[in-house]
Amino acid sequence: MGRPELRIVHERPAAIRTTACDSMRGVAGRRLTDDDAEASRFKALALPYLDEAYTLARYLLRNDIEAEDAVQDCYLRALQYFDGYRGGDIKPWLFAILRNVCRATYTRSKGLVYASDDEQYTGPPGGQVAPLWSDEGDSPERTLLRRHDTETMQRLIMSLPEPFREVIVLREINDLSYSEIATVIAAPIGTVMSRLARARRVLRDAWIATEDGDIPDAV
Amino acid sequence: MQCDEAGGLINALIDGELDAVHARDVEAHIAQCPRCAALRDDYRVMHEGLSSGALKLSASGRLRAAVGGIAKTPVIVQPAPAMNRRDALRGFALGGTVAALAASGLLVVITRDNTQTQRLDEIVSAHMRSLQADHLTDVVSTDRHTVKPWFNGRIEAAPPVIDLTAQGFALVGGRLDVIDGKATAAIVYRRREHVINLFVSPSPTAAPRAAKIVAVHGFHVRVWRDQGLDFWAVSDIDPGELQEFGRTFETALHAT
Repeated sequence: MGRPELRIVHERPAAIRTTACDSMRGVAGRRLTDDDAEASRFKALALPYLDEAYTLARYLLRNDIEAEDAVQDCYLRALQYFDGYRGGDIKPWLFAILRNVCRATYTRSKGLVYASDDEQYTGPPGGQVAPLWSDEGDSPERTLLRRHDTETMQRLIMSLPEPFREVIVLREINDLSYSEIATVIAAPIGTVMSRLARARRVLRDAWIATEDGDIPDAV
Repeated sequence: MQCDEAGGLINALIDGELDAVHARDVEAHIAQCPRCAALRDDYRVMHEGLSSGALKLSASGRLRAAVGGIAKTPVIVQPAPAMNRRDALRGFALGGTVAALAASGLLVVITRDNTQTQRLDEIVSAHMRSLQADHLTDVVSTDRHTVKPWFNGRIEAAPPVIDLTAQGFALVGGRLDVIDGKATAAIVYRRREHVINLFVSPSPTAAPRAAKIVAVHGFHVRVWRDQGLDFWAVSDIDPGELQEFGRTFETALHAT
C-alpha cells in the first residue's frame, strides 16, 4: 500500500460567521488579516526548525509516516497557541508541543502507555534494572570505545527505552542545553541530568555490546 | 569527590554545562581514577559521534509544503442572546474559558441551548461507547450493499450508506444506537487508525441546515441537516479532516 496522502490542511469553514458578543470580542473578533499576519510571523520563526522537529519526531516515534503527521500536527497546534508564546528561543517551546503530540500518537497507535517519567526508571518493564555503577565490565584496561558508523548509531538510539532516547536525541542530535531540555520534557534540570546520566550509561553498554558483534534490535 | 558524584558530573562536563569550580573538581577526580577517566573518554567518543550532525534527518518536500501551507483557524462563537448583568459576568468568565480553549487548540466554541447540548453529549457518549471493545459495529462490512439493507426494519428510515474508501474514509460497518430515546443509525468509517461515527436520524424539520463543527469533551462533531435527515459525524480526527469527511459525504450524497 502506498503512503497515505498528506491531510488537507484547514480551509476556513465558510458557513460559520464570526459575530462575537462584547465580552468575547478580544478572542473571537480578530480579523482574518490579523490571523494571516500572525501565521506569517509564526512561520518565519518556526519553519527554520522543521528539519530538527522532524528529526526529533522520527526518533521518538520510529515511524516515518507517524513522524510526518506529528510534525504537521505540532505546527498546526503551535500556530493556534502562538498567542501564548512569550518570546525567547522558539525551539524549546515548539519541541515541547511536538513531544506532547508524539506522546499522544505513541499512546494511540501502539495502544501502550508511554513509558513512565519516573526518575527511577532504568530499563524496559520486566527487564533488568542496571545500577548506575557496576563493578563488572568496567575494567580500566578496556580500550577506548570504538566509533560506529551512522547506521549503527541510529540503530543504537532507536533501541534505547523511551525516556532515555528522548534525552539523548534532544541533547546530542538536537543540541539543546539542559535548561532547554527541561522545558521540553517539563521536568526540573536535576531530572534532566540524572536521566541523561542513566541514558548515557545504557547507551554505552549497548555501544560496547555492538562492538562485540551483538546488535540490538529496536525495542 | 567520589565516583558516584563524579559519574553524574562527567555528563555535565562533556556537555559543557559545568561551572569552572565543579569542572576543576571533576578533572581532579578523573586524574586519579582510571575508571572515571575511561567513562569520560567513552562518553566523549559517543558524544562526538552522535553530535557530528550525521544523525540529523531532513523533512521531505511533501512535509515542508504541508507545514508551509498551514493557516490559523479562527475561533468561532455564536451570538449570545441579550444579557443581563449576571450573564455579563458569566460571559466574562466564559471569555477566559474561550481563551483557554483556544490555547488548548480547540477551535470551535458555540454557545448552545440545553436540548442541543444534551443531544450532543449523547452523540459523543455513543461515540465513546463504540470505541470500547467489540462495540463498534453490529454489521461488519465494507460493502454498502450489505450495510444499508441491514438497517431495514430495524429503524424508521434506512440511512444513506455511502462507501468513501476511495476518498480516504474506509467504510467499516453499521450499528444501531439509542440517542434521545430513539433508535439511531450509526455508520462507521475509519480514517487511518481513527474511527468516525456518522449518526443519522430523521429530522423533524425538512429545511437543510449548513454544517457546523462543535467541540465536545475533546471530540469534534460536525452537525448538519440534509434531505430531511440530521447528521452528526463524530471523531477525534482534527476538525479540518472532519470537515473534509463531511464535505466528501455531502458531495457523494448529492451525486447519488
